[in-house]
Order: sequence, then structure tokens, then C-alpha cells
Amino acid sequence: MFKKLAVSSAALAAMIGSPALAQDIAVKLGVLNDRSGVYADLSGEGSVVAARMAVEDFKAADKGIAVEIISADHQNKPDIGSNIARQWYDVDGVNAILDVPTSSVALAVGDITAEKNGVMINSGAGSTSLTREQCRPTTVHWTYDTAALATGTGAAMTNAGGKKWFFLTADYAFGHSLEENTSRVVEENGGEVVGQVNVPFPAQDFSSFLLQAQGSGADVIGLANAGGDTVNAIKQASEFGITQAGQKLAALLFFVTDVHALGAQTAQGLSLTEAFYWDQNDETRAWSKRFMDTHGAQPTMVQAGVYSGTMAYLAAVEAVGSADDGKAVSAKMKEMEFDDPLFGTVTVRGDGRAIHDMYLFEVKTPDQSENEWDLYNQISSISGEEAFLPMLEECDFTKQ
Amino acid sequence: MFELLGIPPQVLMGQLLLGLINGSFYAVLSLGLAVIFGLLNIINFAHGALYMAGAFVAWMLLNYLGIGYWPALILAPLIVGAFGIVLERTMLSRLYHLDHLYGLLLTFGLALIIQGLFRNYYGISGLPYQIPNLLSGGQNLGFMFLPNYRAWVVVASVLVCFGTWFMIEKTRLGAYLRAATENPVLVGAFGVNVPLMIMLTYGFGVALAGFAGVLAAPIYSVNPTMGEQLIIVVFAVVVIGGMGSIMGAILTGYMLGIVEGLTRVFYPEGSAVVIFVIMAIVLMIKPEGLFGRPA
Amino acid sequence: MAMAEKTSDAAPQAQAVGMPALHKVIFGVLLAGLIVLPFFVYPVFAMKVMCFALFAAAFNLLLGFGGLLSFGHAAYFGGASYISAHAAKVWGLTPELSVLCGAAAAGVLGLVIGSLAIRRQGIYFAMVTLAFAQMVYFVALQAEFTGGEDGIQSVPRGDLFGLIPLADNMALYFFVLAVTFGGILLLYRIVHSPFGQVLKAIRENEPRAISLGYDVNRYKLIVFTLSAVMSGVAGATKAQVFQLASLTDVHWSMSGEVVLMTLLGGMGTVFGPLVGAGIIVTMQNYLATFGAWVTVIQGVIFVVGVLMFREGIIGVLARWFKRSL
Repeated sequence: MFKKLAVSSAALAAMIGSPALAQDIAVKLGVLNDRSGVYADLSGEGSVVAARMAVEDFKAADKGIAVEIISADHQNKPDIGSNIARQWYDVDGVNAILDVPTSSVALAVGDITAEKNGVMINSGAGSTSLTREQCRPTTVHWTYDTAALATGTGAAMTNAGGKKWFFLTADYAFGHSLEENTSRVVEENGGEVVGQVNVPFPAQDFSSFLLQAQGSGADVIGLANAGGDTVNAIKQASEFGITQAGQKLAALLFFVTDVHALGAQTAQGLSLTEAFYWDQNDETRAWSKRFMDTHGAQPTMVQAGVYSGTMAYLAAVEAVGSADDGKAVSAKMKEMEFDDPLFGTVTVRGDGRAIHDMYLFEVKTPDQSENEWDLYNQISSISGEEAFLPMLEECDFTKQ
Repeated sequence: MFELLGIPPQVLMGQLLLGLINGSFYAVLSLGLAVIFGLLNIINFAHGALYMAGAFVAWMLLNYLGIGYWPALILAPLIVGAFGIVLERTMLSRLYHLDHLYGLLLTFGLALIIQGLFRNYYGISGLPYQIPNLLSGGQNLGFMFLPNYRAWVVVASVLVCFGTWFMIEKTRLGAYLRAATENPVLVGAFGVNVPLMIMLTYGFGVALAGFAGVLAAPIYSVNPTMGEQLIIVVFAVVVIGGMGSIMGAILTGYMLGIVEGLTRVFYPEGSAVVIFVIMAIVLMIKPEGLFGRPA
Repeated sequence: MAMAEKTSDAAPQAQAVGMPALHKVIFGVLLAGLIVLPFFVYPVFAMKVMCFALFAAAFNLLLGFGGLLSFGHAAYFGGASYISAHAAKVWGLTPELSVLCGAAAAGVLGLVIGSLAIRRQGIYFAMVTLAFAQMVYFVALQAEFTGGEDGIQSVPRGDLFGLIPLADNMALYFFVLAVTFGGILLLYRIVHSPFGQVLKAIRENEPRAISLGYDVNRYKLIVFTLSAVMSGVAGATKAQVFQLASLTDVHWSMSGEVVLMTLLGGMGTVFGPLVGAGIIVTMQNYLATFGAWVTVIQGVIFVVGVLMFREGIIGVLARWFKRSL
């Protein structure tokens, strides 16, 4: 209905003869993420804020693109997420779904998106399956994936002398994929995995598992979990004197909001890999300041990814001239090269994987940290080609 | 060095100790449930939510009023207990003449409300609460490093559990209480104010939950879902111990903590389900529970 | 255990001889409404409501008519949804066969768990069912074929009887309508059969039923299994609708939700569970943006329901109109 209205107003504008005001293209974006659960702080409302900023910065209205943004909470449950996605495409006329953290939900939404010919610009989920086992022509995976995190943190820590690894793995698909990816990187770099334990998810008490890790004689304890689980594991590792005794912790999926919640005192020295940090350069600082003014917290890489993914999507919509055909828009995205203020140069591969640099950070000590958000030192940058897994032939949709 | 099923003995010792620590929480919580069930015949599904509330009250006392851990250890249970008394007076007391399942359903609803409200106001990421200075650091026991605070958890829980057991089994007040459990009408006829006793018992039971919450606050992050994850397990503990049996609840709490700890070594994936397996077996073989009297 | 305290006082006209005219009218109106419904509301949403209505009705058979409170019905609902998703996706079965597979699996599960649970009463019965449901959840989390956290995704909608494609929402809607409405009528028939009368007798006074010579445990086991089968039909159908089976369906909070639906609508009434399911699902759908407030509202409904309207919505209406509904 909205579209009809837009078209008729365009017709009206054309009749009056003022093409500058013509609203030719209607786009409806749905931000689907966790608004009440464990990932609410790293995605949630902040991602909606980021999407709005993208629409503003793209100057969509001036370019004749009328953008509307809606949002919903998928509660990290694939059934709820797929239900909302279906309804958005069927009833609400959504053209693209953004963010979608939690791999299980992202995979379900990716399927529906392909079926309904929309586009999913995923920023929040980590599963490499999105561009591999379950690759779809309409999926664009923007910000990070477990393989990229593993490459960053796993390789860096192994090369720094952490040869023997022990994994605490959250016992669900995501945890296992994180462990698997990291093990591969560790072994490629001459390290070995001396053991692992599957921890029921979610868990509060990690002491038993940490003790097992301690007993294994490993140099590095890899935490293949996320959110509150990682926070608790790190806290308890320091309580049980494990970090003090010289074993290092590798948080394989950890966000700036988690570090902030934990505080520099407990988190200091932790290595982690991210695609974005607010304090990297003038552009990220300027953008993050605007974000902070609206949202009250510094952006995470997921939220930054929603921003830059939305910019890229709108550019492709403008180039295609319509948002109706999701396949065409995502194919266009794969032809373009984006120069993004937050992520630098980004290209999208045939399988939907966005390629950009990743960065290895270390959490500052309380002495180094000047304010509550001054948390990371950048250690190194990893080029996109190195960070992400090579493309699978059968997932290259530009050749089909 | 001998090994037991491939596990070196010092690891086993460590795990037993950790099991005992977790069991301390189970014991205090299941004790509260058992006390309430004994007198009120209500399964208090809100117990987990009130445990969480105890941790939050401690956090609020610190952050809003600057009251530290030690006073909070007394104040937070009192506040939670007072809240429990309000719940008992306004709602639960209307259900005593009905089947106990209604009590279960009512407290289930209360748990949803309490958890939902905390989630709305404090989010789900969890809030930090520091270990008190007096108890920071730890002892190297040779087979493991034992943080002082965890040792304190065991001590505090044993003291509270034993105190409660003593009060109920060995004092005059406890005798009234036990008598009222058996036959409230007769005890009332002897001039004991039974409704008051019921009210205070409920208050005491939930205060125990609040106490466990304060104990847990420095170890786990203070989180609205912390009770939700625990309540079902604690239920199972009470059922295994024998509903209403004070000693049963306490001993089973420690015991299952240890069993769970061992499962984490031998079959970590199964540690979340082992208690339910035990519960099903116990209910099949000895339905009154390990320490309960036959109904 | 007299769980239902005189619900709707099984009015004498609802005897085992056919359906009373009032119920015929209500079912007729309901069916007519459901036939036109998808032209006004989003069909997938309507299908979800129907699946839960059947689930709640099946649960009500056990609680409202059998007097047994199970706290683990998610095991049958969710278990069946996994089996039916697996059947459709991996074995390539048609939708109706997949649903049957799911229902059969739920039936087997119900028979096994039921035969153990019915030896206990009251709270112990509830706890046994909970314990087994937790084990089913554990299997769903750990087993290879259930896909862990991801669940079983992208279940094909398939062709009904191998002939009629159900990819279209409308086509699927009428399949779901037939299954769920048929299921609800079947449950109605069971309740109003001589078997249902015996159940009522057991619920009201178990010792008396025993002394009358009824094999009470056999009746309890049958009603438990029937309830599991019908819950299974509901769960299996839901998996076909959403093309997905996930941990949500086997989690213990799902067991709590079905209690809520039944209690809200009115346990032991014919139409109560349908109303309860409709209200809860609608609420979850439209209040989803309010996040945790949904939990709070559900909690308030529980509390108010238990304190003031133990008969539930339909129970209250039935009392006003002095009719069995």
C-alpha cells in the first residue's frame, strides 16, 4: 500500500514537473535482532540506531529513495525469528532484513529470505555456514564470522607462544563451529589441541571446567562461547587464580560491550579479534560520537556493520533502481566496491561474504585506560583475504 | 600415581570440593523450599525468582545506598522475607483450602512477573558485584587453588542449614511448627496462632532464598535469569530428598552438588540432566524420597 | 486428586448421546469463521493459533477431564515436531505421513512415560513428567538428527498425498484447518464417550471408581497416551507450518505455556483451551515488541487466574449461562 502511495506521489511529482522531489524507490528495512536477551546490548536497539544513521548519511531521500525501518525481537529463537521474517515479507512488504544475530536464527531467516526473494544483510551472526553449507544467493554476511575470529585470535596467540590449547566449548552448534575453526588455525600454526570440554549452555558455574583446563597443562584456554557465559568464565578464571598462574585466556567471540561490562581490571590482557573499534581513526571516532549521543553507549562491530551494510545495500538499490528483486540487488552488491567510513574498502564475494580487514586487539590495563570505553590497543590488522575462508565453488552465485 | 577411570586423584579431589560448593547453594535453596512445603503444602515456584531478587537487593543496597556485602548478607534476606510475607498474606493464604497444584501455578506466575520486571529494568547482561575484600584471594590446597570466598560459601551454608535444622527439630518453636504441620486445627486449639506461624515460615523460607542470592552475587554476575536456571534443579533436589524433610533437603543438596560435579568430569554434556535422571529413578523406586517418610 | 474443583458442573444435557445443539452451533460457527479467517488475517499466524489450540485441547483432556497435571507436555509436542520435520526433510515423506510419524512417536513416548508416571499422584506425578521431559529436551539438544541449537530447518512443505502442493500458505492453511479441527472434534468425541464418563468418575473420586471395578490405572494410561498423541499431532503440524523444529518446542517453558492456555480458557471445558490458546498466541504475537513485558503479563494472567478465575474464561461464561461449554 505504501508502495502504491509512493508511486502515485511520484506520478504527482512528475506531473508538477519537479523531478528532484520524486520518490521513485520505496525500501522497507527490517532490523531483526535480540532486543531482550544476551545479545541485546551488542545488537538490539543500537543496530536500529545504526540503520537510521545509514539512511540519513546515504541521503536516501535526496536520491529519491523512501526508506522505512521497522524492528522486532527474535528472542534468539529460530521459530520466532522465522515467523517474523515470513510475516515481514508476506504481509509488511519488507525488502531486506538486517542484523540477525544468533546463528540458528540467521540460518532460518536466510532460507526464508531466499524463498521470498528479499535480501539478508547479516551483521550479528557468526556461523560460516551462512556463506558455505547453507549459502543462499540473497544472503550477504557483512561483519565477521567464526573463521575470521579464529584466524585472528587463534593464529596470533599460537604464534606468540601459546602452543598448547584447551577448549571450553559451549555445547551447541555455534560453540562447536568456533572450536573447530580455531583448532584448525592453531594446528596450521604449529600448535596442538590438548583437550576440550563441552559445557552445557547456558552455564553459570565454570569452575569445574576451568579446573579441568588447568589440569591439562595447556598454555591457552580457548573460550568457545559467547555473551554472559564468556563473562562468567573469565571472572571465575581470575577468581581461581588461573590467569595469575600464567595460563592465557582466548575469548573467541567477545564484544566491546562485554569488555565494558567486565571492566578493564578483570579483562586486561585479553586478546580478541573484531572488525571495528570505535577509537581506530578520525572517521570511526566521529561516527561513534554521533552514535553515542543517540544511543548512550559506544557501538559494537555488529552495530557498525549494520550501518555500513545498510549503506552498501542502499547503494545497490539505487544502482538497480528498485528494491523489489532481492536477487538482483544482492547480485549488484557483489559487483560493487564500497569505500566505507567504518570498514574501509569492502567487496562482497560471490558467496555473499563481505571481505574487509579484521583487527587483533588487546584489552588495556586499568592504568592505560583513560575512560570507561577506552579499552583496546590495536595489535595488528589482518587482511580480508587472510581472515576469511576461501570461497566454495558451489556457493559462487555470480557464476550461476 | 594411581588414576581412577583415567582421572588423576587430585583432579577428582578438586571436583569433589567444587561439587560441595555448588551443593551449598542447592542445600540452602532446597531447605527453604522444604520448610515452606512442610508447613504450607505449597511448592514455591517463585523460589528461584526470590533467590535472584536477593542478589539484586544486595546489588541495589551497594549501588544506591552504599551498603556493602556484610550488612547486605543480613538485610537482603530480611527484605526478601518481608516481600515474601506480603505475597503470603495477599495471595497464597487464599489458596490453602485448595489442591496444592494451585499454589504451584500461582507461584509460577509470580516467578514470571518478578523475572520479567527485573529483565525490563536491568537488562540481561548481568551486573557486577565484587567479592568483599576480607575474602578476596585464596588458598593453595595442593590439588587446587581454593578461593577464600568459595570456602566461605560452604561455611555459611553449613551454618545456616544446621541452624535451621536445630531450630526446627530441637527447639520449642520448632516443635509447634512440626505439630502444626501434622495437625493445624489441633495446634490452633491449643492457643498457637497458626496463621502467624505460617506467615513467618513462608517469610523465613524465602529469606533463605534471598540469603543464597546474596551468597551467589559475587561469584556469578547478578542476572535476572540466574534463578530461572536453578529453580528446576532445586525442585528436583527437594523431591529426591523427600518433600518436607528438612534433613533430606540439606543432605541431598550437598550430595547432588557432588554428583553433578563428578558428572562434569566424566560426561560434561550430561551435567545438566543428571539430576533429573536421579529424580525419575528415585520417584520410581522410593516415591517418598531418600529421606522422606512414606506418605 | 480433585484438581478441577467442580468445573462447569458437567451439565446433565451433555450426556454421551451425540452432541448437544449448542455445541453443534458453536462448532459450526467456529468452522465457518476459520474458513474465512485466512482472507482477513495472515494465514501463518492463524495456523499457529490452530496448532496451539489443538495442543491445549489435548492437554485439557489430561488435566481437565483426567485430572492429571503434567508438567512435561512439551516433550510430546516438541518430540513430534522433530520427528515430523525429520520425516519430511530426510525421509522425504508427504506432509500427512510426516504428521502421522510425529504423532506416533509422541504416542510411544507418552505410553512409556505415562506408564511410569501414573504410578504417582499429584505433585509427584507432575515431577515425574517434568523429569522425563527434561530428558527428552536433553536428547533434542544432543542427538545428531535434531541439529542442536539450530533445530531442523528448511523442512520442505511437500505435496499432500503426493498430489496437492502445500507451498502456498492458503493450501497449507486448509490442510492445517482439517487436521486441527478434526483433532479437536476427536477429542470432543473422546470426552463425551463412555470412556470419558469413566474418566470423569475417576477424577471426581478415584477410590469410588476403583471400588466400582474400573481398572483406574489402565484408564489413566490410555488418557495420558491419547493426550500425548494429540499433542504430537499439534507439534508435528506446527513443524510443517513453520518448516522448522526447534528447542523452543521441547523446553520446559512450553510445558508451562500450555498449562497457562488451558487455565486461562478454562480447564475441563470444551472450548476453554481454544480460547486460551488464541489469547496467548495473539498476545505473544502482537506484544512481541514489548520484550520482557510479555512475560510479566503472562505472569499476571497466571496469578489473577489462580486467585479469581480458577474456572477460566469459558468456565465463567458457562456458569453465567448455566450451560456446559
